[in-house]
Amino acid sequence: MTVAEPIRILLVEDNPADVELTLERMNHSKMRNEVQVVTDGQQAIDCLERKGPFAEAARPDLVLLDLNLPKKNGMEVLKAMRADPSLSTIPVVVLTSSEAETDVVRSYELRANAYVRKPVDLAGYARIVSAIDGFWLSIVKFPGPTTDGAP
Amino acid sequence: MSRRPEILLVEDNPADVDLLLETFEMVELDVKVNVARDGVEALEFLHRRGKFKDAPTPRLVLLDLNLPKVDGRAVLAEVKQAPGLRRIPVIVLSSSSSEKDMSESYDLHANAYVRKPAGIREYKALVRALDGFWCKLVKQPRSPA
Repeated sequence: MTVAEPIRILLVEDNPADVELTLERMNHSKMRNEVQVVTDGQQAIDCLERKGPFAEAARPDLVLLDLNLPKKNGMEVLKAMRADPSLSTIPVVVLTSSEAETDVVRSYELRANAYVRKPVDLAGYARIVSAIDGFWLSIVKFPGPTTDGAP
Repeated sequence: MSRRPEILLVEDNPADVDLLLETFEMVELDVKVNVARDGVEALEFLHRRGKFKDAPTPRLVLLDLNLPKVDGRAVLAEVKQAPGLRRIPVIVLSSSSSEKDMSESYDLHANAYVRKPAGIREYKALVRALDGFWCKLVKQPRSPA
């Protein structure tokens, strides 16, 4: 038997404190994982499409997506993913401080797998990352690539 | 929100139903689990038809794939296309380890695919994780449309 591949997470987040906390919690997960961090929406799309500096990037199993991002916002990233057959089944958890009902509705329209509102305090944020670890990393089976079987 | 989250478990195997219900009790979560034994019952519950006309909108659906009458894939496809239902999170809970069942589920917009646990410890971890993420954290739109 081969050793299981680590779970690959793409974290799309421009807030350094949130990034640091996520990395810290994921580091303590009992599931082996690798987190790639990008800080704006354009980088997220380039990374998913393996363009430019991301030519060697691995396909993520899970995307944690903030909505308010520089260059391209989270909705544009989600839309680009859902329009691309090779990326359309990758689970996306929207993690945002947005209070707007339209953001909730629009995220689900674009087939976000879940929408989670970030609390303002760091302890609350840490709880969210723990729950993501507990469900998504520990329990979920992720789909493989969907087009022509190429890994 | 003071009302207990309602979960719809769609499962035809009585042993699996008992085990899940017992696990929910064991971990003492404040949720109500409703059970549908086949795909027809599941759709009637969700559409509030027949004897389910007063059924609540579940916070979460746990869906087996291999079901009598209407199978889980068809239930999933219908739920994810129905305007009033498509935003209800559906977690496929299956004993199948086939890559095809998994990718088909995601293609049909399952919110997540989970393999049925092997033992009681794993069942407890599953139930806690479902509650911790889906019942406690996930934000749903106020209107179901």
